[in-house]
Amino acid sequence: VLSASDKANVKAVFAKIGGQAEEYGAETLERMFATYPQTKTYFPHFDLGKGSAQVKGHGKKVAAALVEAANHVDDIAGALSKLSDLHAQKLRVDPVNFKLLGQCFLVVVASHNPALLTPEVHASLDKFLCAVGTVLTAKYR
Amino acid sequence: MVHWTAEEKQLIASVWGKVSVEECGAEALARLLIVYPWTQRFFDNFGNLSSPTAIIGNPKVRAHGKKVLTSFGEAIKNLDNLKGTYSKLSELHCEKLHVDPENFRLLGDILVVVLAAHFGKDFSPACQATWQKLVGVVAHALAHKYH
Repeated sequence: VLSASDKANVKAVFAKIGGQAEEYGAETLERMFATYPQTKTYFPHFDLGKGSAQVKGHGKKVAAALVEAANHVDDIAGALSKLSDLHAQKLRVDPVNFKLLGQCFLVVVASHNPALLTPEVHASLDKFLCAVGTVLTAKYR
Repeated sequence: MVHWTAEEKQLIASVWGKVSVEECGAEALARLLIVYPWTQRFFDNFGNLSSPTAIIGNPKVRAHGKKVLTSFGEAIKNLDNLKGTYSKLSELHCEKLHVDPENFRLLGDILVVVLAAHFGKDFSPACQATWQKLVGVVAHALAHKYH
């Protein structure tokens, strides 16, 4: 459950990230594919090489979803309802993978903005990313 | 046995060479206790863990963080025999400390985030991949003697 201060921390992070969110999304995916090669199995149709336009494009989508969730942090389930349907019916990404994406997003934020990721913010952001993963897998069965 | 490429060994050594074991250890353990508060269950005798500020300033947390990361340094010196290196520690964590091995994975992930914050852009995807592999292998070695 996200407390009031968690929500404030999350909003502050995304406000600070601002227009770089797309770049962060792409880098998150790049790191995820490098660190957890099993995640590549969901993208057999993609060129996953360095600088891939498809990865950049997909990173932009992932970032947009996180931004949307942050902007509607009081109702993440509502904000991501269609995405949740998509993951349940079509994409069916195994739930373990959302943690892996979350870890990589934290690493991206940490490496670009160490001062932003205080322990408290780290906790809030981790909770937020877990909440997003939970929403996206909520309709799986 | 885990295989390490020359590049992976280089990435491990170059990061480790620039790490302050004391600072990094303290930071990692504090963040573990803050980000995953249920991990505080193992540290009832550490005194004040009532807030992030208390945890970060807690001298027992700092000392224990240093101890944990120093032990990690041993792993790095013995990459080709992690199970052997951690055999006794594994038994200890099972039989005396009763620590769920999941906690080793949590600490490993936290350590990677701390390194990313410390090294910034230098903590490349290849570097992260190598270090996530290392923390995973360390966690596995520490869990190996569990029964």
